[in-house]
Amino acid sequence: MGLKQRMGRWLVPVIGGLAFVYLLVPIAYIFVFSFNDAARTNLTWQGFTLANWKNPCGAPNICDALGNSLSVAFVATIIATVLGTAIALGLARYKFRFRKLADILIILPLATPEVVLGASLLAQFLNLGWELGYWTVVLSHVTFCMAFVVVTVRARVSALDGRLEEAAGDLYASPRTTFWKVTFPLLLPGVVAAALLSFAMSFDDFIIANFNSGSFDTFPKFIYVAATRGIPAQANVIGSGIFLIALAIVVIGTVVSYRRQKALAAR
Amino acid sequence: MSAPAVRRPEPKRPEPAAELSATERRAEKARGRIGVGLIVPGFVYLLLFFAAPVFVLLAMSLYAKPPGAETGVFVPAFEISNYAVALSQYWEPLVRSFLFAGIATVLALLIGYTMAYLVAVRLRQHKLLASILLVILIAPFFSSFVLRTQAWKQILADEGFVVEALRFVAILPEDGRLTATSIAVVAGLTYNFLPFMTLPIYASLERLDTRLLEAAGDLYASPMTAFRRVTLPLSMPGVFAGTLLTFIPASGDYINAAILGNNRDTSMIGQVIDSRFFQIVDYPMAAALSTVLMVVILILVMLYIRKFGTKELF
Repeated sequence: MGLKQRMGRWLVPVIGGLAFVYLLVPIAYIFVFSFNDAARTNLTWQGFTLANWKNPCGAPNICDALGNSLSVAFVATIIATVLGTAIALGLARYKFRFRKLADILIILPLATPEVVLGASLLAQFLNLGWELGYWTVVLSHVTFCMAFVVVTVRARVSALDGRLEEAAGDLYASPRTTFWKVTFPLLLPGVVAAALLSFAMSFDDFIIANFNSGSFDTFPKFIYVAATRGIPAQANVIGSGIFLIALAIVVIGTVVSYRRQKALAAR
Repeated sequence: MSAPAVRRPEPKRPEPAAELSATERRAEKARGRIGVGLIVPGFVYLLLFFAAPVFVLLAMSLYAKPPGAETGVFVPAFEISNYAVALSQYWEPLVRSFLFAGIATVLALLIGYTMAYLVAVRLRQHKLLASILLVILIAPFFSSFVLRTQAWKQILADEGFVVEALRFVAILPEDGRLTATSIAVVAGLTYNFLPFMTLPIYASLERLDTRLLEAAGDLYASPMTAFRRVTLPLSMPGVFAGTLLTFIPASGDYINAAILGNNRDTSMIGQVIDSRFFQIVDYPMAAALSTVLMVVILILVMLYIRKFGTKELF
């Protein structure tokens, strides 16, 4: 093998491997500094402690902000998933006039930068004279989550095998029964994935919430504001905790689906 | 080749409209009604909380400040000059936003493609390792965007070991720094949007039939040629989606610029819009800048779709 080819063989694993490390650097940093024995300014290493993990709500207002974010993400996800799944089904399954226009209206929020979406919703709320707070954040999160739900669920709908529904019809299932017993269970993984994505997007959003929340605090907003004074170590605890929970869910999900595939293959 | 390579033309289906009986037509119409019923609630929502706000923003960008009015008081008007002021005063952060987002997109493409290729093609046979790397790929989604960016700020801080190491090997001058520079902002953007680039590319490379690469090799294509002529073209839908998913949010982002940059020569347009709204309370100017940002992005995206767009996506 020539030198050039040998380099080509190693270039991808080396650069790719370094990139994976690069992805994990700040996550590891957040985790390590969650054990830092620093009261307020968690900037330099002061020594190891478990105190932050024992009392994650120790910093003022941090758990209020966390609770607010969880609540907003939960409500926005439910609304966005219901509305978005219905749109995905309607667009993928049925023909009607103005469908092209409908397609464009769905894609546009995805092509709009968050700062523009946040600014226009703020302009709308100012115009309507609504007070900024919990509901204005929920309403604006639904807008951008819904677009992601439609795209995710629609991919699943178009991958559906239509013959399964025909078979159900041949076996005298009513359209309603067919939908709930055949179509919906097949779509469910896509709907769940869309809901999880919505939840994550809403929970992590700073820009749109910053425009439309007034004095209502969300977790990303709390960290952003705290950053000027120094972020309390409890924020690292909560961030790492969420990371570990999400990681556990993904790992369990992967193992379960791997086992199921193996069991199916063994049959 | 022994298999019948030529696909037999499928028997032409009769045109549906011509053959439909009256009952079938009625059924078709009823289905159409269900379809409309399904999309109406969502679309009413989008009209109220997406389309209408965008129009309000457009209108607000033309408002005028009456002479002698208090801060934050504006009246409906048709003040096109708002745009002239916006462009002449803020062309720098505007251009910088697209420049930073463009550089970050190219960097993310190079890094993200390598990662996706490693997982989807090179490690295809190593299922366990590939799935571990896939989890790492989405790991940033599990942790907070603002917190990660702040972590980078502390890692790259003046007293941190990264800067000290770079100073030691004289890549950075003795008083050189990384935070509060354009490099830090672009690096932050690249980092934060990397998964959005990598995942779509991974999705299209994962579907790649590696036998095509063997075939290319059998036909005396070097690995490089096989990559250029087979792999790359087949992964273009992923590259296309990934670049859009990176460039659009990156150009409007201001978390990276606010945390990793400085106020003088790294500010991006999102920061300006935010401060016009909340600190200076100049709504028309903020609205005009938002409109300019959106229009420029739409034009760039449309040009991009026209030049590289694939049927699969649009």
